[in-house]
Amino acid sequence: MPGKYIYLDHNATTPLHPEVKKIITEMLESYGNPSSLHTPGRLVRQKVEQARVTIANFIGASPDEIIFVGSGSEAANTVLNSLSCPANACRMERKMREAIITTEIEHPCVLETTKCQHQRGLPVSFLPVDITGKVQIDKFRAQLNDKTALVSVMYANNEIGTIQDIKMLAEITHAGGAFFHTDAVQAVGKIPVNVKDLNVDFLTFSAHKIYGPKGIGALYVKRGTPFCPLIRGGHQERGRRAGTENTIGIVAFGKAVEMRRQEMHDEAIRLKRFKQILIDGIKENIPDIHFNGHPTDVLPGTLNVSFEGAEGESILLYLDLEGIGVSTGSACASGSLDPSHVILATGIGAELAHGSVRISMGRENTIHDIRYTVSALERVIKRVREMSTTYHRK
Amino acid sequence: MSNQVDWLYTDIVKDHFMNPRNFLKNDENFQADGDGITGNIKCGDQMRFLIKVDKEKETITDCRWQTYGCASAIASTSVLSEMIKGMQLDDAYRLTPKDVVKNLGNLPEHKIHCSVLGDKALRAAIDDYYRRNGLTAKIKHEEARIICQCMNVTDHEIEEAVLEGARTYLELQERTKLGTVCGQCQTEATELLNKYIDEHFGGNLKLL
Repeated sequence: MPGKYIYLDHNATTPLHPEVKKIITEMLESYGNPSSLHTPGRLVRQKVEQARVTIANFIGASPDEIIFVGSGSEAANTVLNSLSCPANACRMERKMREAIITTEIEHPCVLETTKCQHQRGLPVSFLPVDITGKVQIDKFRAQLNDKTALVSVMYANNEIGTIQDIKMLAEITHAGGAFFHTDAVQAVGKIPVNVKDLNVDFLTFSAHKIYGPKGIGALYVKRGTPFCPLIRGGHQERGRRAGTENTIGIVAFGKAVEMRRQEMHDEAIRLKRFKQILIDGIKENIPDIHFNGHPTDVLPGTLNVSFEGAEGESILLYLDLEGIGVSTGSACASGSLDPSHVILATGIGAELAHGSVRISMGRENTIHDIRYTVSALERVIKRVREMSTTYHRK
Repeated sequence: MSNQVDWLYTDIVKDHFMNPRNFLKNDENFQADGDGITGNIKCGDQMRFLIKVDKEKETITDCRWQTYGCASAIASTSVLSEMIKGMQLDDAYRLTPKDVVKNLGNLPEHKIHCSVLGDKALRAAIDDYYRRNGLTAKIKHEEARIICQCMNVTDHEIEEAVLEGARTYLELQERTKLGTVCGQCQTEATELLNKYIDEHFGGNLKLL
């Protein structure tokens, strides 16, 4: 086992950036309520607004288009729940348009919320994806009509890393007269994202996927877009999200984004190189594998691979004993009895879904980590397959 | 790092997962007197047991296993392989998932279904031995037979669901969650559904 633990699960969450740690420690002294008019309050207000400007600039938005919320999931819930509001004040024109179109591979924060809305009587349709995880545009066009209120498609998938053609999807949506939301939790800070260029109406993202703290997310709402708050009862965030601000989280989020601006480009090149080494190493040393996701339109640090005859939870736990942390789409690891809905949606079948492993790399990973991972994978897969009922080679 | 936090399951499970006992090695030429397999890959678990039997004493002298599955599944088969050596066939036949779980020092609730297959595979191996040796009379049909491996639904539960009003496959699914994962059991479940409807409600059933 190597000296340090090799963390390869950055799509689940990331360690804090050292600069973020530093600013969190500093912020512990800044106790003021940003709504207060006195000096301690104004001091924190200033820092919160600086963070808002940094984050807005990073995605090409105006600061007044950014709302801080408790998580990426809250951000997505806020967008989707706007739709359920029948009040004229929210200008959703519910009587005219109330249908939601989303995809089969969304994060549960969109899938579960839209399923609930469906039970409440809203028409919801789930778009299929092809074997690479891409939304099929013709199927999307066929679903879109004058009843569609909102289309919600994730930018980059958390499990297989596939990146959707958000700009085109938003354009088609707008031509159909509906609003467009993208869950960009896995995209912002990993690949360039510009809301003006994409022309989306809502975009949601989170700090802890980009070396910021847990418990802070952001929601971009294009100026002039109808909106209904999920949490009411305060004037914070211009009345769009009540509750005293998570000031430490917001400032740390700002710092995390600032560091992304500096590091993202070079890091993406490095991680792509590492991924190629992983792919080559796995191909060379382990037979009967299947790479999941799109070959090119994919997050630089994400690799999802299925091993025939090997079950994911066993692979994960044997790798953990070797000092490597990954994740799996196996049912056994999910606490439910269903394997990953994302991998199933790509149509490769339940068996390969149970045997899928996601390796998501990040800023601290080194070439040695990657080489060690290839050798550990080879050992672990050999071991799991030797015990398996279904995999037998001489 | 891994030493500072509790492992996912008990230390016994961890030990069996890290050092699995008695699994069938690739190059091993194990001459089994009985060989049984159960479960399916689509559901994420499959287990196979191979046993050697002392025909005089009717005891299991040696065994091997193979498992496709999670850590609990591997540990379940491994611990079971230790439990049954030297055991009378009759006693081995009566082992339950509870016995396996007890010997593992417990499993989390959502992992109990991983242990269900071990004793089933063992019984399949013993049945195979009986069959090979002309002892088919000894093959017992289990009191409750699992039809849906994924959701662990037995024929008894299907019967109950029928008695409670299930008349179609969909209604059966709503009540038991049967067939909601891999769907392989649909044919068998439908047959049982019709059998129990016929048994309990005969030809007089009015389909509303």
